[in-house]
Amino acid sequence: MTSSPTSPTRFATRLLHTGHEQDPTTGAAAVPIYQVSMFDQPGLETPGEFDYARSGNPTRKALEGVLAALDEGAAAFAFGSGMAAVSSVLLLFSAGDHLVVTDDCYGGTYRVLTRVFSRFGLQATFVDTSDPEAVRAALRPNTKALLVESVSNPFLRRTDIAAMARLAQGHGALLIVDNTFLSPCLSRPLSEGADIVIHSATKYLGGHSDVVAGTVAVRTPALAQELGFLQNAVGAVLGPQDCFLLQRGIKTLHVRLERQVRTAKGLAAWLASRPEVRQVFYPDTGAVVSFRLANDALAAPFVESLQLPLLGVSLGAVESIVTVPARHSHASVPAPERERRGITDGLIRFSVGLEDLEDLKEDLARALAQAVRAAA
Amino acid sequence: MKLATALVHAGVRRDPTTGAVAVPIYQSATYQHPALGQSTGYDYSRTRNPTRSALEDALARLEGGSRGLAFSSGMAALHCALQLFGPEDHVLLTEDLYGGTYRLVDRILHVPCTFVDTSNPSAVRDALRPNTRAIVVETPTNPMMRTADIAALAAIARTAGALLIVDNTFLTPWLQRPLELGADLVVHSATKYLAGHNDVVAGALVARDAALGERLAYLQNGVGAILGPQDAYLVIRGLKTLALRMERHQSNAREVAAWLRAHPGVERVFYPGVGGMLSFTVTHAARVPQVLASVQLCLFAESLGGVETLITYPTTQTHADIPAERREALGISDRLLRLSVGIEDSHDIIADLAHALRDPLAAHGA
Repeated sequence: MTSSPTSPTRFATRLLHTGHEQDPTTGAAAVPIYQVSMFDQPGLETPGEFDYARSGNPTRKALEGVLAALDEGAAAFAFGSGMAAVSSVLLLFSAGDHLVVTDDCYGGTYRVLTRVFSRFGLQATFVDTSDPEAVRAALRPNTKALLVESVSNPFLRRTDIAAMARLAQGHGALLIVDNTFLSPCLSRPLSEGADIVIHSATKYLGGHSDVVAGTVAVRTPALAQELGFLQNAVGAVLGPQDCFLLQRGIKTLHVRLERQVRTAKGLAAWLASRPEVRQVFYPDTGAVVSFRLANDALAAPFVESLQLPLLGVSLGAVESIVTVPARHSHASVPAPERERRGITDGLIRFSVGLEDLEDLKEDLARALAQAVRAAA
Repeated sequence: MKLATALVHAGVRRDPTTGAVAVPIYQSATYQHPALGQSTGYDYSRTRNPTRSALEDALARLEGGSRGLAFSSGMAALHCALQLFGPEDHVLLTEDLYGGTYRLVDRILHVPCTFVDTSNPSAVRDALRPNTRAIVVETPTNPMMRTADIAALAAIARTAGALLIVDNTFLTPWLQRPLELGADLVVHSATKYLAGHNDVVAGALVARDAALGERLAYLQNGVGAILGPQDAYLVIRGLKTLALRMERHQSNAREVAAWLRAHPGVERVFYPGVGGMLSFTVTHAARVPQVLASVQLCLFAESLGGVETLITYPTTQTHADIPAERREALGISDRLLRLSVGIEDSHDIIADLAHALRDPLAAHGA
């Protein structure tokens, strides 16, 4: 949309209206699903906008336009999973380059760095990025990027994006932020100086436990050029059906997150008052709460007694999801490293859904009581 | 379990084989039989399909009924319900109802019917005939937003031995549960708030008692206007955010209604104080084309209940099938516009309307 007296600028409106939401041919209010691999060309000397669907697909283009608007970036790209997004960004670097990475990052990111990209000579140092001094100390002459999670996983420590941006700029390195836990609804790292934002869109952006997808938004046209080249050349693109579902999910991102954060705050306060809970980790934003049970033996009977939340490895859905990081999201981190980080069996990660807060409290209270009985 | 929780868990835990959280889309027409004379419960997808069943069960639970049925459009759902009646029967209907309902009853089904102001229970009682078999009510009405007292109408219907059928499209079970107020059957155009994203065409029926549900299921299977599995899935997905969307639609509609009431170019605002739909008349008919041409955020389209704000001109769009003199008697004038208020930031909706309703003379002078 152009700048008119009514040009929408507020976030809730931007989710719905970015100029990519209507089909120019028919006026259809929903973006058509272009389930197509190639496009008939107008002529030999006059190529059309689209030629082959790995390079560009109208459904994906509409989604990518929305994503760029949400993160206030120059461009955005949709991938087949969050890990495909992370990997495609890591392909910006070369053998001999070095990255500084959030130490309690997602297990899949740790795995791809230490077992895949390490084979191609990309070096990574894992540090506590909530401490800017630790990051500064880890910088090397060949450090080409900081890769940080805005809220770490599973301890939910916040990283100061503006401080990281200053460090990165001073060192001539890129700042890459995995903003999956907060979503552009709660934080927009590009406007705080980050260069690249990654989302596992499977989580809050999709929001309904029914799509696996990843996204990347970049601040500058030069980075857009590079990422666009990699997306097409390596080809980990998101299919049109999933692009459609993701864009549909984004339409309710604002109302979902608002409710989920409110419920998470209520649940974090309630958990802190429970004798069966030793420690609660909640950064006062976002909708994920981690907590440590009074002892590790409570974990299995607790999660198995829960009736409302789903037990599994994801987060950010309309349904609450309970995860035991040691067994699920961080199972790919070696056991000694898990121990060092405090990711024991008694650590629970709770992704707060849209259920009524009272229903969640009742379910948790019952499961905690049953766990105590079972462990006695 | 509270309704907000039930909505979120619609269709969850339906696949014991894999534990998949989302209900699978069973794009299958038929089902293999375990042995002669045995069935898995699914034989042929017109009769029953697991994805559609997940939606139908969720609908029954949300409306507090015993049986939910999903159809390929709102009109297909209503058509199924009206097939309960024949030429010897008589049906009472809300007078300012959706034009498509009027067309179905008047031109296609030829069921003897009377249109009555259902916001007035004694008018309804006076219109009853010995062979009146059903009272079909939209509340709030479309587009004049008049509300009916469902409990009072249920008492009248019960005494007359007629069914009370309520079209709950405008308010949804989040804001109004007619079966709990004594209605027998609820109709939905699920295209609207239930699915909620302007991307599915679907309809639904929910019956209070099992016997009525069974008769309707017989018609659903026999006539076959069922909802396909892809669309059934999208409606389930929509239900998960219904509570949040309805709350935002309603709070935005209240703000927009208050703003319109204070606008000099607006003559009257019709908003019942509940839900996300409102209508208003502009002071001069000449303003209508100006408004429709200059809205930029609001989509000029016929439908309602989606996340995006839609503006509709009932005279030529939704109510064109109602004869002109009848339209005018109901107040559906050439100055009436209907607004389905979306979930955008309310400031942006109001800014768009302010731009569209600006005084053309003042703009020239500037």
